[in-house]
Amino acid sequence: MDIINLLRILFTVLSFVLFIAILVWAWRNRHSAQFKDAQNLPFDQD
Amino acid sequence: MQNATVKAATYNDTVVRQFAIMAVVWGVVGTLMGVIIASQLVWPELNLGLPYTSFGRLRPLHTNAVIFAFGGCALFATSYYVVQRTCQTRLFSDKLASFTFWGWQAVIVAAAISLPLGYTQGKEYGELEWPIDILIAIVWISYAVVFFGTIGIRKVKHIYVANWFYGAFILAVALLHIVESAAIPAGWFKSYSAYAGVQDAMVQWWYGHNAVGFFLTAGFLGMMYYFVPKQAERPVYSYSLSIVHFWALIFTYMWAGPHHLHYTALPDWTQSLGMVLSLILFAPSWGGMINGIMTLSGAWHKLRTDPILRFLIVSLSFYGMSTFEGPMMAIKTVNALSHYTDWTVGHVHSGALGWVGFISIGSLYFLIPRLFGQKTMYSVKAIEVHFWMATIGVVLYIAALWISGVMEGLMWRAMNADGTLAYTFVESVKAKFPYYFTRALGGFLYMSGLVIMLWNTYKTATNGKPATVEVPAVVAHA
Repeated sequence: MDIINLLRILFTVLSFVLFIAILVWAWRNRHSAQFKDAQNLPFDQD
Repeated sequence: MQNATVKAATYNDTVVRQFAIMAVVWGVVGTLMGVIIASQLVWPELNLGLPYTSFGRLRPLHTNAVIFAFGGCALFATSYYVVQRTCQTRLFSDKLASFTFWGWQAVIVAAAISLPLGYTQGKEYGELEWPIDILIAIVWISYAVVFFGTIGIRKVKHIYVANWFYGAFILAVALLHIVESAAIPAGWFKSYSAYAGVQDAMVQWWYGHNAVGFFLTAGFLGMMYYFVPKQAERPVYSYSLSIVHFWALIFTYMWAGPHHLHYTALPDWTQSLGMVLSLILFAPSWGGMINGIMTLSGAWHKLRTDPILRFLIVSLSFYGMSTFEGPMMAIKTVNALSHYTDWTVGHVHSGALGWVGFISIGSLYFLIPRLFGQKTMYSVKAIEVHFWMATIGVVLYIAALWISGVMEGLMWRAMNADGTLAYTFVESVKAKFPYYFTRALGGFLYMSGLVIMLWNTYKTATNGKPATVEVPAVVAHA
């Protein structure tokens, strides 16, 4: 009806697409080494 | 010049110490208020016949004290500690960090004075009048500057997942607090909400449920992602899962508020949407819980000997339990039975005492000895005793309110063959007496555990002295 409503719909749909993209990105194998380092960050201190 | 370099190479643990100690103090005060009002429900004469000590005024004092004073101080303490350790740098600004401490304590004292005097905006978990609201906003923005400023000057490339959760908590609470508190002042101690009617109700529960989601969940998940791995001495189970967990929670929580307004003037579609998104919320909640608990995989034996780890892991089981119960209660037909009953109160406390309380207590037991240059707390045996008192206390509390809640819900809806109500309201109140007693007993046990913790903290602090920790010189890989 109005432009605000259209923007709301777009924002919601894009958020959902973005979430799926994050999901795919996070589970890809290629940054497993990077994630290993990140996982160990709390232990770098001592 | 020499001094400046030395100073720059240490962490600011002064503000962490201040917040950690006050968290324990406010934990005792807040739960004491809870025990007092729980006892008033059993023995109404305990309100002393005074307006200042009546249930209606002390109840918001209890909720504000446990959520914002105890929970808030625990979050400030742990977030300042974690962000420095995982960014390997000193806090962005010592002065501003110190201001957040004194400002936050001023807010708490203002709440403790104004609420018993009857000054309130009448919005659940957002009762404080507008001048205090403004102070909260100033302190909170300063907190955001210190926290994100520290992330900005970090010495490692990656921002550890715990900081993502703390960051989301700080940003979301700023947004929620400012929108919720919008009001037209009518004098220094009186104001009217900027919203009217059902919009006001929806803003209230958008705020209220996200206070649960971001203050009482995201912040404490930040604690989980640092202190569970540290105490278990192994990295978090899956880093990929932690990223998915974070974004799933962020994208879903904001929608769940309408489940507080089932069968009200709120449009039906909004209620249904709130219900569905609340059900979806089950997935990220359990994803996070599994990630925390599985961190212990291969080291389960540590639970037998380490009471701190037990606090941390049992907190996750309570988290799993209440985030299963919550979505179920958001289903409209279940809500038709549970709403306005003690079941809701029991549900909140399984999350608050079990999850938020246990994870904070475990994290503080990790922190306090380190902050005072000690290896462990003064008495590890006392942690053990505290664990069992707290666990038995929570179980008594929530079991009593499950029974009393379901019972009163069934009594309210029971009808005679001719369509008249089977019970009067006061009959349902009378039937709850034994459960109210058990609940007060459970709360008393939980509070007593915190008193032991306060003693243990005092002993640990006076046996040691404030420790200064250097930032590691070698910049880490990550």
